[in-house]
Amino acid sequence: MTILGTLALWVAFLLAIFGAVVGFLGGWKDRADLKRSARNAVFAMFGAMATAVFALEWALFHHDFNVEYVAAYTSRNLPIFYTWSALYAGQKGSLLFWATVLSLFGSLAQLLTAPRHRVYLPYVTGVVSTVAAFFILVMLAAANPFDRLAYTPLDGGGLNPQLQNPGMVFHPPMLYLGYISMTIPFAFAIAALLSRRLDSDWLVAIRKWTLVSWLFLSIGLVLGMWWAYVELGWGGYWAWDPVENAALLPWLTMTAFLHSVMIQEKRGMLKKWNLALVIGSWLLSIMGTFITRSGVISSVHSFTQSSVGYYFLVFLVGAAIASFTLYARRLPLLEAESRLESMVSREATFLFNNLLFVGIAFSVLWGTLFPILSEAVEGTKVTVGPPFFNQVNIPLGLGLLALTGIGPLIAWRRASLPNLRRQFAVPVTAGVFAMLLLLVIGMRDLSPMLTVGIGSFVVATVIQEFVRGTRARHRQYGEATALALARLVARNRRRYGGYVVHAGIVVLFIAFAGMAFKTETEATLRPGESATVKSPYGWTYTFTHLGISQYDQLNRQVTAATIEIRRNGKRVGLLTTEKRQHVDGLGRPTFQPSTAVGIRSDPLEDLYVVLGGVVNGTEQAVLRFTINPLVWWVWYGGMIVVLGGLIVMWPGGTPAVKRTQAGYAVRLVAEK
Amino acid sequence: MKMSAGAKFALGALMIVGSVGYLMASGIKQTGQYFLTPGELSRKIADDPSFYNTGMKVGAHVVRGTVSRDVASQTLRFQISDGTANYPVVFHGLPPDTFNDSVEVVVEGRLKSDGVIYATNVLAKCGSRYEAVPKA
Repeated sequence: MTILGTLALWVAFLLAIFGAVVGFLGGWKDRADLKRSARNAVFAMFGAMATAVFALEWALFHHDFNVEYVAAYTSRNLPIFYTWSALYAGQKGSLLFWATVLSLFGSLAQLLTAPRHRVYLPYVTGVVSTVAAFFILVMLAAANPFDRLAYTPLDGGGLNPQLQNPGMVFHPPMLYLGYISMTIPFAFAIAALLSRRLDSDWLVAIRKWTLVSWLFLSIGLVLGMWWAYVELGWGGYWAWDPVENAALLPWLTMTAFLHSVMIQEKRGMLKKWNLALVIGSWLLSIMGTFITRSGVISSVHSFTQSSVGYYFLVFLVGAAIASFTLYARRLPLLEAESRLESMVSREATFLFNNLLFVGIAFSVLWGTLFPILSEAVEGTKVTVGPPFFNQVNIPLGLGLLALTGIGPLIAWRRASLPNLRRQFAVPVTAGVFAMLLLLVIGMRDLSPMLTVGIGSFVVATVIQEFVRGTRARHRQYGEATALALARLVARNRRRYGGYVVHAGIVVLFIAFAGMAFKTETEATLRPGESATVKSPYGWTYTFTHLGISQYDQLNRQVTAATIEIRRNGKRVGLLTTEKRQHVDGLGRPTFQPSTAVGIRSDPLEDLYVVLGGVVNGTEQAVLRFTINPLVWWVWYGGMIVVLGGLIVMWPGGTPAVKRTQAGYAVRLVAEK
Repeated sequence: MKMSAGAKFALGALMIVGSVGYLMASGIKQTGQYFLTPGELSRKIADDPSFYNTGMKVGAHVVRGTVSRDVASQTLRFQISDGTANYPVVFHGLPPDTFNDSVEVVVEGRLKSDGVIYATNVLAKCGSRYEAVPKA
């Protein structure tokens, strides 16, 4: 099967080159026969890539340990679930997955693009094929997943235990889907630049695609946090590690784009900015891959250094130069159609929102690259860690959160004073009230208080919008409240889905703020002994170590400590936390031991217990007890965000914005 | 004098850009830490004795056979080296799962005048035989 796999890669590579040449040529010369060929080449490329994936999965499932990749990431006793996901557990397989999904998205773009946007497709095909050709080339030249070993091991090395977690089966593909689908908007942006069709039409063509990749990235980020939280055992979900930052960066710039694109649709402004954001987001996603693959930045997660990173560096630099050269040459075609009329307008708040998003992205990028930058400038590496990112991003994030509430309340173009009063009275009161309430119950920390205050303000704005919209329908059409609400959302999915996302973001922010009150205690306990921990809410928890049990389970030997939890003396339940030693088919230990955290989660706080180890041969256990307030809300906030994204994306509903009309109205006003 | 909307916006934008810049500069100043190898650390200490007791990070490999754990008091002692200089490290707490005597570590802490690095955090990279976690 590896011959089939390598052959499929070669076929796909040639098809990608062919698709790129014919696509660009077909667009340039406007020749229907070339365009058709390019389109077919993308479909054929997807066929070849799917064959290669099939070949690798075949080798994985048949335990063909002569294949280096199979031997490196699986073993006979690996649960079947993880044998399947080993496809993207390692570098070579991830590259295969990347290229395959890219060719799938490329094919979908051919099929799903509306007829009036088909003019862009030849160029889109060209760009997608070029990117795919690069990925396949890297595999063929430096990281072929079908490489065979000179011998056949009896069993494989097995999958790193930290990857043997359900979160790891879904988190990487989600993140990859987010990264990869970003290539389609990028391809449309390049297509618009090449074809000089730079009116707002191309934006409509990519709107759904940008949402798709934003949604996948969001899901991928939340799943990644969940995995880090339940699997790594350090007690948190976000460490500002370079790999995490690499995934956050394109999410930030994409989110900025999803906002600023509305200004271009409504007012014909920000064309240059929007194109730069699309191109920049895609480059950041490639840079993320480079950072994680090359080992240039030391990260706990970093892969072993490999030449693959340098392929990416060359590709990244080449793509950046090519895209921005093209961009610079088309700048004269990107003049704005209207101007900013007032500081107190939705445009202005959106512009500030964009600046903050890009500012946050820039600071995260800067902090991530700082070791390299400082070494280049001063000769010594200086690193910055979570304190830096928190110090910079908490104020910026709070500013952004405030704009989340302010933006939707302010009219386009120019808001009047009565309008402002009508819109802001209730939400501002809600925010101030929430902060006073916290003061009364004894909270004295500024940033969590501001988070709750601003968050309440934003939630109040969202509720106000829903209530007003529903009432208006009720009055106008006499619909019952529930029906009016459902129709309101269904008829304006983009707007009200967006509000739902905002509400989810508030929930996330408040959950993040909860981590400011995290407490941690370590204790070495004999059976029967207890540790007492004070929770941030003032409760006293007593953790009693009941004893150690040892048993074999699936492909691992488990040492488990059972802990009884009492809150203020009242028993609330049991928790177990495990140390797992994974073994190979012959029962010999593989990998270092890993931890299974014991977590008891409720809306107020998580009890998070880690078994650090057992004192030789006894039942004396080293335990770490962490109390994390409000973590529950991270997962549910994430779900609300995703739900909102799905409402926005749901097909149909929102009619395409009639830009020409809007532009006309603007000009009339401007002439007065 | 009445400012145009564009000028007002530019002022607001400048404020945002300025505060981003300020926050970043002060953040780096207050929280930046040197990331050194043991060799660089010994040179730095020789040049500038005031570097004792300064927060920093050291990246090196653990010297094989030097790890001693006292589980009961949660104390971990080991030596790190980059081939040119060695430092003993003391750490109280739970080391990461991946820590053993053949890994690369990043030790965060302070070098005291007794020549020992008192670590507040120990990060371990996975061994070279397996690629580490792909994404987090």
